[in-house]
Amino acid sequence: MITITVNGQRHDIEADPNMPLLWVIRDILGLTGTKFGCGAAQCGACTVHLNGEAVRSCVTKINRAAGQNIVTIEGLSANNNHPLQLAWNEMSVPQCGYCQSGQLMSAAVLLRENPNPTDQDIDDAMSGNICRCGTYQRVRAAIHKAAAMQTEGVKS
Amino acid sequence: MKKLIIISCFLSIVGFVSLSFRSEKVINKNYPTLPKDSVGSTKAFMSVYKVLMSARCMNCHPSGNTPLQGDDSHLHTMNVTRGLDGHGVYSMRCSNCHQAENTAGLHMPPGNPKWGLPPANMRMVFQGRTPRELALQLLDPKQNGGRTKAQLIDHMANDALVGWAWHPGEGRTLPPMSRPAFAAQVRLWIAKGAYAPSAKIK
Ligand code: FES
Ligand code: FES
Repeated sequence: MITITVNGQRHDIEADPNMPLLWVIRDILGLTGTKFGCGAAQCGACTVHLNGEAVRSCVTKINRAAGQNIVTIEGLSANNNHPLQLAWNEMSVPQCGYCQSGQLMSAAVLLRENPNPTDQDIDDAMSGNICRCGTYQRVRAAIHKAAAMQTEGVKS
Repeated sequence: MKKLIIISCFLSIVGFVSLSFRSEKVINKNYPTLPKDSVGSTKAFMSVYKVLMSARCMNCHPSGNTPLQGDDSHLHTMNVTRGLDGHGVYSMRCSNCHQAENTAGLHMPPGNPKWGLPPANMRMVFQGRTPRELALQLLDPKQNGGRTKAQLIDHMANDALVGWAWHPGEGRTLPPMSRPAFAAQVRLWIAKGAYAPSAKIK
């Protein structure tokens, strides 16, 4: 039995300690906002926060998450009102949407650590999140917008 | 109250200073003293050099701020960057993909609890160094992480992250000699006088 906290809720998980955290999140907890892209830490679609770090849940074993705090896209904000989510919405960032929860979870770590990122900072933080639809320009613009909103005091 | 604040400030400064100078444990002399022998010492270093310049070692000692990947030492995909502490930046921290152990399977992320590059203020570059340059760099505490010769030997012989090179997971070539053989050459290099090869040796 492994206990993890996901989006503030404790769960006792009956699973092989080597099971990828992504499987637990999607298949056992039914939180399907987090996506499976490559299963090899190559694309970023499965990004969630483990104690605040943007880990790739496809290669993170449930073992590593035992007793830890996980936040998925469903828990990023109370009402889908994280500045990033508002900016994403306003600028219609997603195309197919598949990569986008990973993009948001990565961007959230960037904005937390650097409230006013430059283009270079955004490239450094985001180039591990692959978008097959090529929404990169809008991702970058929306991060700048969210940064501005955050400074103006839009509360998440 | 004021006194308390001053004391706690002092304590945290002491803590900081000792943290930032935190170095390898003190090591007693762990190599024999042999007669100085520049030829033998240099010869031993050249085998050490071959190991250090092999992909498993050099890939995390790049000349730039991006780690290298693969037996051909190409730049790490995804524009990975070193960061101040050597463990990446923002959402691109090493341990976001690299676990405490190798992830099983071909082309899966290798792992170690300490996975990372040397920090930005102590970059310990191997890539592009000539044998002479690398030998001098390894011996210089200002460039080797503050290590004495004994600590240098201990690091090469016993450090767990260095040891990963000999357990790199599927599809990755091993360094050109075993770890004990490598450690023996490091010891020999130092015991015979820690000579740096001449600038002519490539
Ligand atoms: S599914 Fe995890 S990085 Fe691609
Ligand atoms: S929006 Fe389609 S993969 Fe990114």
